[in-house]
Amino acid sequence: MNLLVDAMIVLLILTNLRLIASSRITSCITAVAVQGVLLGILPLLVGTDHLTVRACMLSGTATLMKGIVFPWLLFRALQASNVQREMEPFVGYTMSLLVGAALLATAMWLGGQLPLPVPAASPLIAPLAMFNILIGLFAIVSRRKAVTQVLGYLVMENGIYAFGLCFALQEPLLVELGVLLDAFMAVFVMGITIFHISREFDHMDADQLSVLKD
Amino acid sequence: MLATLILLPLLVGAAAFFLPSNSLRRGLLVSTALGHTALTGFCWLRQPAPLLSGWLLLDAPGLLFLSITSVLFLAVSLYALGYLRREDWGRRQDFEEGFLFTNAREATFTGCLLLFLAMMTLVAVSQHFGLLWVAVEATTLASAPLIYFHRHRRSLEATWKYLMICSVGIALALLGNFFLAVAATVGADNHVPMLVGALMDQANLLHIPWLKAAFLFLLVGYGTKLGLAPMHTWLPDAHSEAPSVISALLSGALLNCAFLAILRIQQVCIAAGQGQFGQSLLLGFGLVSMLVAAVFILRQNDFKRMLAYSSVEHMGILSLAIGLGGLANFGAMLHAVNHSLTKGMLFLVAGNILSVYKTKSTTDIHGVVRVLPISGVLWVAGFLAITGSPPFGAFLSELVILKSALDQGRILVAVAYLLLLSIIFIGMATSVLRMYQGVPLCPPAEVDDETTGGISAATTEGSLFKPVAESALAVISPIALGIAVLMLGLYIPPGLQDVLERAARAIAG
Repeated sequence: MNLLVDAMIVLLILTNLRLIASSRITSCITAVAVQGVLLGILPLLVGTDHLTVRACMLSGTATLMKGIVFPWLLFRALQASNVQREMEPFVGYTMSLLVGAALLATAMWLGGQLPLPVPAASPLIAPLAMFNILIGLFAIVSRRKAVTQVLGYLVMENGIYAFGLCFALQEPLLVELGVLLDAFMAVFVMGITIFHISREFDHMDADQLSVLKD
Repeated sequence: MLATLILLPLLVGAAAFFLPSNSLRRGLLVSTALGHTALTGFCWLRQPAPLLSGWLLLDAPGLLFLSITSVLFLAVSLYALGYLRREDWGRRQDFEEGFLFTNAREATFTGCLLLFLAMMTLVAVSQHFGLLWVAVEATTLASAPLIYFHRHRRSLEATWKYLMICSVGIALALLGNFFLAVAATVGADNHVPMLVGALMDQANLLHIPWLKAAFLFLLVGYGTKLGLAPMHTWLPDAHSEAPSVISALLSGALLNCAFLAILRIQQVCIAAGQGQFGQSLLLGFGLVSMLVAAVFILRQNDFKRMLAYSSVEHMGILSLAIGLGGLANFGAMLHAVNHSLTKGMLFLVAGNILSVYKTKSTTDIHGVVRVLPISGVLWVAGFLAITGSPPFGAFLSELVILKSALDQGRILVAVAYLLLLSIIFIGMATSVLRMYQGVPLCPPAEVDDETTGGISAATTEGSLFKPVAESALAVISPIALGIAVLMLGLYIPPGLQDVLERAARAIAG
């Protein structure tokens, strides 16, 4: 079982690298969708008393949201704008991969430093969570397209979710569902905003939103 | 009672999206606001029963912030009646760049406004840190469409920045929540529930390094929403591009919600014996925010942005006051009330000025008092009130905070505080008095060169603005808020005094 968890964590790390190394926005969204599905299933594999009704329900909802609904919303926003590629990001793709490797090393180190009060299911989960948060922040600051920034936000949110898995934090059901609902609404509202941005400006380069300043 | 308070605006808000008639929707908006205020009033008489095994509970800080939100929302909804009448559906010209744009549908506006109220209510009554997070994030999402009411590129930019910056900030707060959960884990199967009260009672069981990390992340996360510098960058854009009614709510009610969230975690920190750690951080962020606000107010030519930076300043003052602790806690509670009411009034008056002059530039506006006799006077009164001049309420609260700093022997903090307050006074006075005095000249009208044969601007330059008959709906809310702020400077009713004191005691741990 532990081997399976570790394999999934490695896959999750690869989806993050895929996100920052790909120029096609559709493959970025797919990478995040795959990440969402993997993260949705992961809680069923970690922990000792899995497969309760509650765990299955949460896992199912998370998979559905992160793996299907969010990517679908983003694909729709993308369709409205005729944008296929992330053109000229602030940090080039090769450089991004190098940064990604550096972030991975940082995350590994950070994850090793955290003194968890309860042993985690896998020693790799805490580094994975850190890595996701760092990659998400990196994607938000290094990419121009509004969609890619939302993907960065989602990856960051995934990382925080993974941190919660770290030692199967027993958040009450109401809160877990509320967090998911908020994430859904966030992607929904952001998707609508992207739609309006691409209609208003004929592009969705967030860096060109720079009229307002002092 | 608590359930009704949340469900009333939630359900009416959801219904407002689907109602066919605008007049019915406006009626519902005002009656919901009235109902909400009445229910909040009952909460003053009798404490409502806790719900969901203590998750929803109205303690003194919650009651105070709920009341501010409720009163401000009532004032704003009355003003919105007149506003929506002016801002009907249809194409209109942008006065800054001249392009055409439409407004969002009124159903979206009213619906989101009521959902926004529901979520702010939920923030005020949440005792569970997870639920609190959900509610704070929901306020962001409910208010984003409100900022994008005028559908043009500048408001779109403001909305995007608001959404991204606040969402990332709030995501960090979620991480802080998880850290708090780690801190509350006592053994393999045992953990303290994430309720404010439970965490405070069993604070000696908390894991201190994790609690500190949680505080840091929650402070940065909710601080983004609160508009503490340097995470304040979304705030001036959102406040200047949103309709003035919305700016009033954002500044007077939404920022308080984030402040309440920070107060909650500070309560836990104090109970765990880590009050000093949190206080020094809050003090630092407070002073930096005041400094940033002072710098930007001095060179500000846009009066709505000036008010927005003033909000950064006042959030800095609140944070500074909590950082000082002791007597300043009471000052902070009083100041939160004063700031919200005054800023609400100022933004509503700013909306009146904007609708006549069609510009936000303080250098192009003169003689407000001749054109808008009531709003002009309110504008100057609001300026005096917000900068802490006697006899308005903010004078009293800022004085209490200063006294607390001096009593604690923190001379440097007191000097910096006074210095920044006076810089901001000068900066705002320059703009406000320039707008107040002088001859109200019309800006040169942009007439098409082809029709007038090239003699466009010069002919219209000399004309004066005519005095405008102000509608009752546009001035009644700002007048009421102004009177309340003046009252608070002269006399604090015993009931309010009691709640303020209880709130100050609660946040002192």
